[in-house]
Amino acid sequence: MLAVERLEGGYGTGRVLQGVTFTAPRGAVTAIVGRNGMGKTTTLRAVMGMLPAVTGAVAVGGRAILGLPVHEVARAGVAYVPEGRQIFPKLTVAENLQVGQRVPSRLWPQDRIFALMPNLRERLGNDGRTLSGGEQQMLAIARALVTDPAVLLLDEPSQGLAPLIVQQLAGIVRRLREVDVAVVLVEQNLGLARAVADQMLVMVKGEVVYAASAERFREEEASVRAQWLTP
Amino acid sequence: MDQTALFVVQGLNALALSALLLFIALGLTLVFGIMRIVNFAHGAVYMLGAYVGATAGQATGSFWLAIPAAAVAAALLGWLFERLAFRPLYGREGTAFLLVTFGLALCLTEAIRLTWGADARRLEPPEFLGGVVFVLDEPFPSYRLFLIAAGIVAAGGLWLVLHRTRLGLLIRAVSQNPAMAGALGVDVRLLRGAVFAIGCGLAGAGGVLAVPLITAYVGMGASVVIDAFVVVMIGGMGSFVGTVAGSALVAATQTFGNFYLPEMALGITYALMIVVLLLRPGGLFGEEE
Repeated sequence: MLAVERLEGGYGTGRVLQGVTFTAPRGAVTAIVGRNGMGKTTTLRAVMGMLPAVTGAVAVGGRAILGLPVHEVARAGVAYVPEGRQIFPKLTVAENLQVGQRVPSRLWPQDRIFALMPNLRERLGNDGRTLSGGEQQMLAIARALVTDPAVLLLDEPSQGLAPLIVQQLAGIVRRLREVDVAVVLVEQNLGLARAVADQMLVMVKGEVVYAASAERFREEEASVRAQWLTP
Repeated sequence: MDQTALFVVQGLNALALSALLLFIALGLTLVFGIMRIVNFAHGAVYMLGAYVGATAGQATGSFWLAIPAAAVAAALLGWLFERLAFRPLYGREGTAFLLVTFGLALCLTEAIRLTWGADARRLEPPEFLGGVVFVLDEPFPSYRLFLIAAGIVAAGGLWLVLHRTRLGLLIRAVSQNPAMAGALGVDVRLLRGAVFAIGCGLAGAGGVLAVPLITAYVGMGASVVIDAFVVVMIGGMGSFVGTVAGSALVAATQTFGNFYLPEMALGITYALMIVVLLLRPGGLFGEEE
């Protein structure tokens, strides 16, 4: 489980996060939605240890990770799929998958990855830069999964993808629940968030202002949208 | 002298010079690729390798022990320097690194002058490398053939490390996207230290290998590091293949230029660099910004 408490801070002197608190259980997808600039990506980057001055507490399975260097956060079981995929353009697909694997994956051997993302099997020897946007996104998720994470942070995975690919992506994210990983999904695409989430959080100005199960969100969606999600 | 034989001998001379340039330029490009730092101290590290190697060779009587002694001393200095001087600077802009490597170059040069004095140091190669072989009936120094072989071994070895080992995979990943490599659990700072040490170690090995040809003397690093910068500018900063190609081109223009047009040899090398940079600003095999 990922537990985030009273997270405050941001970039330099700007305090983007104003006390973010939430928990993301394992075997479930927690979606964070909100308008642009509300601190969603900053929250993921803070959890990952990528921001210089952040206060509060972050724990994975009870182990405090706030303040650890990024690579130690990753080794503590947090995997990050950043906005824009950030695959290694001049490494092959196979090499991209190997970078984070200090030991061979227990939970995600290649066959399991390819069952979920068959395209990657055919592109194993191709450079990352030759992949389509959808394939790059699949690779970025696969690259995170092969580290056997306890927590998977997904930042805007649907950005720039065709609707059909977004549907595939939704299928993949739903399947991740089966492997007992706590998925935290930051998404502008409310349709995707609604389709895959077990828990919905809404962020406004660096705070979580709404947290509810997916079912309750569906019931209250109209008012939530009107109050917090409409520009 | 037969023109063909002359051309072949000059070609071999160019390859020997290319091999020496490779030792320095590979380290420069490796460090730039992963740290985006232009290391001004690289020439001084090459000089340190020469002095340590010459001293170790004289003390032990073994040329073969001089090479690892020089490489290890240079690598240790690089590792120490990365930890002490670079680590506080990560996150700052490139100028800070330029200044600190420039400072290291000055300090190291003075430290060498204080330690070894102003006299040049010699190192004799083993007897079997001290003679000549005949190439198309023309005599050619065996030691230069050895240098060519050493260059091939160094470049080939580094290529194998970069493309066939996990360390190499991580070096390539960090050179493309350090933040993402870190987010995948790679200790980027440790890796940068290792790469800086490897780069310095290569320069140190290059330094000791140059001693039988030119002796070890204060100032030997300054000229060679400029040539090495020209190599990486022509080949493309951060590109392994570009560095190999750049070394061959610079060595060829210098060797053949010195032979056929001695007054213009240096000019030809720089003209080559200008033409390459005008046509491809990132170098022959570098990234276009």
